[in-house]
Amino acid sequence: MEFALSEDQRMLQDSISGFLKDNASLDTIRKIADGDAEAKAGLDAGLAEMGIMGLHVPEMMGGSGLGLLEACLVQEALGYTVAPSGFLAATVAADLLPNYQEDYPRGIADGEMVFGLALTELSSRRDGAGVTVDNGRLTGTSLLADVPDGATHVLLADTSGSFHVADSWSAEPMRTIDRTRTFQQLTFDGTMAETSTQPDASALAAARLLIAADTLGAAQAMLDKAVEYAKERKQFGRVIGSFQAVKHLCAEMAAKLEPARALVWHAAYAMDTKDPEALVMANLAKAHLAEVGTFVAKTATEVHGGMGFTDLLGLHYWFKRIGVNRQLFGSPEQVRQTAAELQGFVAA
Amino acid sequence: MELNLSPEYEAFRQDVNRILTENAHLAPGPEDRGMKHPKRLAWQKFLIENGLTARTIPKEYGGYGAEPDLLKSRIIAEEFARTGIARPMGGQGISMLVPTLLELGTPEQKEAYIRPTLHGEMIWCQGYSEPGAGSDLAALRTAAVEDGDDFIINGQKIWTSTAKQADMIFCLVRTDPDAKKHHGISYVLFSMDTPGIEVRPLVDMTENANFNEVFFTDVRVPQSGIVFEKNKGWQVANATLTHERGMLGDPNATKARFLELVELMKTETLNGERLIDNPLLRDRLMKLQGEVYAMQANGLRVTTASLKRESAGLAGLIVKLQGCELNHQIAGLAIDALGELGILYGEGDHLRADGSWQWRYMYDLGLIIGGGTAQIQKNIISERGLGMPREPKPAKV
Repeated sequence: MEFALSEDQRMLQDSISGFLKDNASLDTIRKIADGDAEAKAGLDAGLAEMGIMGLHVPEMMGGSGLGLLEACLVQEALGYTVAPSGFLAATVAADLLPNYQEDYPRGIADGEMVFGLALTELSSRRDGAGVTVDNGRLTGTSLLADVPDGATHVLLADTSGSFHVADSWSAEPMRTIDRTRTFQQLTFDGTMAETSTQPDASALAAARLLIAADTLGAAQAMLDKAVEYAKERKQFGRVIGSFQAVKHLCAEMAAKLEPARALVWHAAYAMDTKDPEALVMANLAKAHLAEVGTFVAKTATEVHGGMGFTDLLGLHYWFKRIGVNRQLFGSPEQVRQTAAELQGFVAA
Repeated sequence: MELNLSPEYEAFRQDVNRILTENAHLAPGPEDRGMKHPKRLAWQKFLIENGLTARTIPKEYGGYGAEPDLLKSRIIAEEFARTGIARPMGGQGISMLVPTLLELGTPEQKEAYIRPTLHGEMIWCQGYSEPGAGSDLAALRTAAVEDGDDFIINGQKIWTSTAKQADMIFCLVRTDPDAKKHHGISYVLFSMDTPGIEVRPLVDMTENANFNEVFFTDVRVPQSGIVFEKNKGWQVANATLTHERGMLGDPNATKARFLELVELMKTETLNGERLIDNPLLRDRLMKLQGEVYAMQANGLRVTTASLKRESAGLAGLIVKLQGCELNHQIAGLAIDALGELGILYGEGDHLRADGSWQWRYMYDLGLIIGGGTAQIQKNIISERGLGMPREPKPAKV
């Protein structure tokens, strides 16, 4: 028995973190948030060159054949630097589509295809949104779709829980608190679905698990920044990190984050090994990280005092990353409802 | 990452399971009261002989004498939890004194104490905390003054579990009042039958006397009872506190409690509806389940680090704080789910599970405080785990 990352997994972590440290600095993130298309394209190109888009694509389809555990490590690193990326959408598509149509995973791995993800209505139908399918034709809207720049395809869920691949849609940007990532309202007007799948609970679980990993990274970054700040900032003639009032806040963040990290790893391993509890764990990981992330986002900001509230430190990008992740693909209550349903805890 | 057991360990698990289930009739039940009930002593002996407790303690001291293998220890603990068969004896003698003696005791001390302690024939209590020395344990004042080959001990201990039943005490006393507080303490073993010792039960909020106060008035004990060296008792005590902190956050026990809670919510009804069908209660249950999974995974991570003889870092430091809090919350939800019936206690027709949820809710709060309060844990996490500075000492006035 061994519950730890392997040498290869740690090397993957180091290489992606190293790349992001150099290429997704706060300066770059600010540029992207302010709409600098060149900065965004540069980051996208760099990440694509790292070969991460095909990470979860099976080897026989040209990918790296790595699991959701490795994907979570990459997503955690992206969250740590609040870097926007199409990695999550690519990974969910690579998780679901190999059983249906090999062209997509192949296209993702060789960079020919870029996938967007429109899953919101799987758990939350609001403002009349939702896509219906009739004889293979898709009609309706999906809100807050995660569609990377240059997307060639969208993987969307219809109102019955089946997934479809579409290659044409119309998009309207939706402004959120998080300006580093772009979200869109997609409209399908009788578009022919290229490929359709059965309802699949594991694709949503995979998307939720990746979001949990993203929050883990963002929250870890906020804790690291808070500790660093508390060791430097002086008041009353001493560094504030020597006050128990401040130390205990940092200890509470660490005490919640460490088990949350183990939960993400365990859920990802369970998904990769098709453990019977995998879907429950992945959903609970999403809900749990939403709670822990929210606590850390608030607490780390408070440790920074007034500076945390300003734009000067940019800490708010992490706060907002975590805030968006909490709702994305289902609020904590909705996700816990899924976990309960999966265990037969909800009367039919 | 590999969570499946190898065939060797899977076979070991089956062996353990077979030994336990085939001999379950030998195990003592709740009716076999008394720590030294013959059935309890016989069961303990059986478990030691079969390597199911005292497993890595050398045979010469009455243990089973196996090579340390954390995974096997873990499998044994899991099989006791799974089968629900009476566990081996615990208590501070076995869990804290024995490891300390193995590390630091003289050959005579090992010879005299380890075997009877393991076999449940010698019960110990721990004399650490004092009214004026809780979190600041090193401020303890119980004085041991040399008199020939003996010490004369005067003072008071508090929070002493099993002091009424104990044959012996391992006790921290001040042997050098002039040294700095950490440097004047000795760790001494002596008999609880020594004249001048008075034990008063300390009733706590559970209505039980889980602890005692122990008073020493001119208690004469031999200096040969010192473990390791005179005035080095602080190092000895730190060795044992490490054992205690590890003990207070067992994820398997937490998971077992959570499963009891699920069962409760599936079987109990409120206005004719199962508790688990109430969306508000169910949401709280799912929230706790996420935390239970997280602590379980964290436990696996800590176990792996121990197997590799590496430090588990923060993952290890947070176990006591998070584990005790989670147990408390599980009991809290059970009480809320039972609502008005959740306040029943002691006895009565409508009482559930013998009132154990209320008992646990209160007792777990005691555990949040005992063995290093939550606030002390946070100091440890922030200082050792996050490298934050210690609170500066106030200037002397």
